Amino acid sequence: MNAPTHPPSVPLAIDDLTVAYHRKPVLWDVDLDIPEGKLVGIVGPNGAGKSTLIKACLELIPKASGHVTIYGQPYRKQRSLVGYVPQRESVDWDFPVSALDVVAMGTYRKLGWLRPVAKEQKELACHALDRLGVAHLANRQISQLSGGQQQRVFLARALVQDAQLYFMDEPFAAVDAATERAIVTLLHELKDQGKTCLVVHHDLATVAQYFDWVVLLNMRVVKAGPTEEIFTKENLKDTYGGRLALLEEAGQRLRYAGIPGSYPGNPGRSQ
Amino acid sequence: MVWLPLDTWIVVIGALCAMACALPGCFLVLRKMSMMGDAISHAVLPGLAIAFLVTGSRASFGMFIGAAIVGVITAVFTQWISSFGKVDRGASMGIVFTTLFALGLLLIVQAADHVDLDPGCVLYGAIELTPLDTTMTIGRLAIPRAAVVLATVLLINMAIIISFFKELQISAFDPALATTMGINATLMHYLLMSMVAVTTVASFEAVGSIIVIAMLIAPAATAYLLTDRLSVMLVISAVAAILSSALGHLSALTVPRLFGFESTNTSGMMAGATGLLFGFAWILAPRYGLLSRWFHRKNLLAEDPTVTGE
Repeated sequence: MNAPTHPPSVPLAIDDLTVAYHRKPVLWDVDLDIPEGKLVGIVGPNGAGKSTLIKACLELIPKASGHVTIYGQPYRKQRSLVGYVPQRESVDWDFPVSALDVVAMGTYRKLGWLRPVAKEQKELACHALDRLGVAHLANRQISQLSGGQQQRVFLARALVQDAQLYFMDEPFAAVDAATERAIVTLLHELKDQGKTCLVVHHDLATVAQYFDWVVLLNMRVVKAGPTEEIFTKENLKDTYGGRLALLEEAGQRLRYAGIPGSYPGNPGRSQ
Repeated sequence: MVWLPLDTWIVVIGALCAMACALPGCFLVLRKMSMMGDAISHAVLPGLAIAFLVTGSRASFGMFIGAAIVGVITAVFTQWISSFGKVDRGASMGIVFTTLFALGLLLIVQAADHVDLDPGCVLYGAIELTPLDTTMTIGRLAIPRAAVVLATVLLINMAIIISFFKELQISAFDPALATTMGINATLMHYLLMSMVAVTTVASFEAVGSIIVIAMLIAPAATAYLLTDRLSVMLVISAVAAILSSALGHLSALTVPRLFGFESTNTSGMMAGATGLLFGFAWILAPRYGLLSRWFHRKNLLAEDPTVTGE
């Protein structure tokens, strides 16, 4: 099957995407067209394939079938237009690098092979840290940062990638209130620059407030579209499945109504 | 104790070997793949044996190639078995390297009757004998072959790490991001594995295929405790490598005398010295050391009586 064509104005178009782990499908026949300049929330229960969707788009995991088109071209040709913020738990925060080093990693693609990080890249990184309000932490080793500060470092790194389309995997997971506000501000800045952000999100209470587009996902796309039309009780029930939804929601609320700034795991390198 | 030019050469060869190992070792430690170094150092044995049987010489370039190929195969097989067999990476590593190691031992023992390749030498090395085998002379100084080989490998490792510093760093820290940026993290993984394999082969004559694991991991682990920067960690690991060589040879000459023996195996003492250095770092490291953490906690308690323990 040939890849369907999409105009170069569409940041992300997904056709018939199926992903399977060990023959068990995780995503089934996903079709999506994401319009430009939107903040898109990807919402669904645990195990719905939210992170898998992002990873499949970025070719980090193999697709069983389907096509992903980014600004009218296959992903491989458009890498420079795409930024990625992985889950915070996906990396080892005891790694011997400073916050500035991590942010500078965002410049590696433009820098190219064999060229070391120079003053110019460090300045870019400093500026990005400053935009997220953590410039004073630039020289800290990353395990000495709080969870919220670590997330800001990740977002600063995405900023220096200077992409058009961002994939963010749970940037709001277990961050303090100040960081949450900083991330929202940043998302709006990106949107004002005409950039598109896909954000995996789990807190149903804030979806309507943060995102102007939602994708309701549970193995397949239940509904996708403007938040005010799509984010309804009826659709959520379809996504989370009847009574399960109540349990899930209650669980989510319990988890995130807890102590502000508390985060599970990652106790960091003890001192 | 009499210090001969021979002893200087032993220390120099030991230091070159330990430094060549410590540099890729830093990345193994950071990727939490320390045992991969062990696996590769064992698994290269059939590669060495086959290359030796084919070329008939211990000093051949063919041996490097043979071992490097088997080293990379070990990494590939480990990956395959863990992804297709749905078993833990540690388990699949255990399957691959023990099988290859056994195969290598069989080949060596079978060949041992007609050729000069001794299993003991392969396992523990014979660093005391390396200075006798000289290959070239500069002025009136005869350079041992092992020194030339290990210096070359050290220079290659340094060149790779300096050239690909940022690629190795990002592939170790965040392979997913590296891949999305077009830096093939898998390729960097196999580059590291090739480095480990080649370094292991170069080192096996000096320290053998068992003790090389100490050289790969201990200086790197020591350096990890002493710094917060990858570049500094690489430098410190090299310094720890030099120290362990000097300390190892010195104690091989002196320590047994204290107990009425003649002297002992230098490579074993080098491994012991790396352990000793790690012990010092573990207790005395400025930030992550036992003492500093203890003082830090005590100070916290003194300042704020509401803080209890952790």
